[in-house]
Amino acid sequence: MKALLIALLTLTWTLHAAASFDTYEFKNDAERARYQRLTEELRCPKCQNQDLADSNAPIAKDLRQEIFRMFGEGKSDAQIVDFMVDRYGDFVLYKPRLTGRTWLLWFGPGLLLVLGGLSVALLVRRRRQVEAKPQQVLLSADEQARLAKLLDEQNK
Amino acid sequence: MSKSNRAAFLLISLLVLAGFAYLVVVKLARNDGDALPSALIGKPFPAFNLSRVDDPAKPVTLADLQGPALVNVWATWCVACKVEHPVLNELAKTGVRIYGVNYKDDNAAAQKWLKEFHNPYLLNISDLDGKLGMDLGVYGAPETFLIDKQGVIRHKFVGVIDREVWRQQLAAKYRELVDEAGQ
Repeated sequence: MKALLIALLTLTWTLHAAASFDTYEFKNDAERARYQRLTEELRCPKCQNQDLADSNAPIAKDLRQEIFRMFGEGKSDAQIVDFMVDRYGDFVLYKPRLTGRTWLLWFGPGLLLVLGGLSVALLVRRRRQVEAKPQQVLLSADEQARLAKLLDEQNK
Repeated sequence: MSKSNRAAFLLISLLVLAGFAYLVVVKLARNDGDALPSALIGKPFPAFNLSRVDDPAKPVTLADLQGPALVNVWATWCVACKVEHPVLNELAKTGVRIYGVNYKDDNAAAQKWLKEFHNPYLLNISDLDGKLGMDLGVYGAPETFLIDKQGVIRHKFVGVIDREVWRQQLAAKYRELVDEAGQ
């Protein structure tokens, strides 16, 4: 059983590793690392849950080749990313840019957190006020006056 | 906090939550499979310098495209394109102007296809290495662009154009471009 499991795991691992195997000759390790990072940061437009590095789709292969070609032209990372976004839209970025259309994506969670925290703080404050001086918080001025009057009459 | 303050706070919280819920529902409902919005809407059709499918010796450039028209990206290896082809033939018969981008295909196979299944295209651009396709943000075939008289991309449709799609989504948009050009 264990052997079978290991065999299966090995098999899936090799399949994954073989998913995209291009043979590009890089000038140095730094450039190889740069290529690795870029292809992992950019999303394959065809198979939308894979990055470029991982995808076997023809378009991913073409785009990897294009990235390699742009390396040869001395293009910067920003220029390469712009090239991709100009053609395929913000969608290809796994890390979306901060624009008018994406601010909710970036700040939405923080905003919700702040609102949530504010609600809790207000609730706690109110709870404390009620516990300290119930009448003053729970009753309106009129009601307090009436209560005082009633208590006065009873105490007489 | 007074009662009116509390009500206002509750109302605002509810509105914010409703807003988020609305966004989620609308975005999910509109997510029709894997069609991506094109980054090229409102931009001019990319320049190219390629050859014609019917005569590879003849060059073809952006100047040869005259909108309003459809620009249909297709290939003989694309099964869905075969489904779409008869519809394009019908459209061409009714006077819709259609250009073809033969995407990463074998030119001889493309010529054979056009001979066998009829040719709805005014002109076919041979994009052997897929460079024009890349400039168009194509990630599969078929994909179809609507360009206006000035050669600006106004709409993109990913997938097979059938009669239903044409009637419901594209006919009005094409008509609009034709009317615009006539003014």
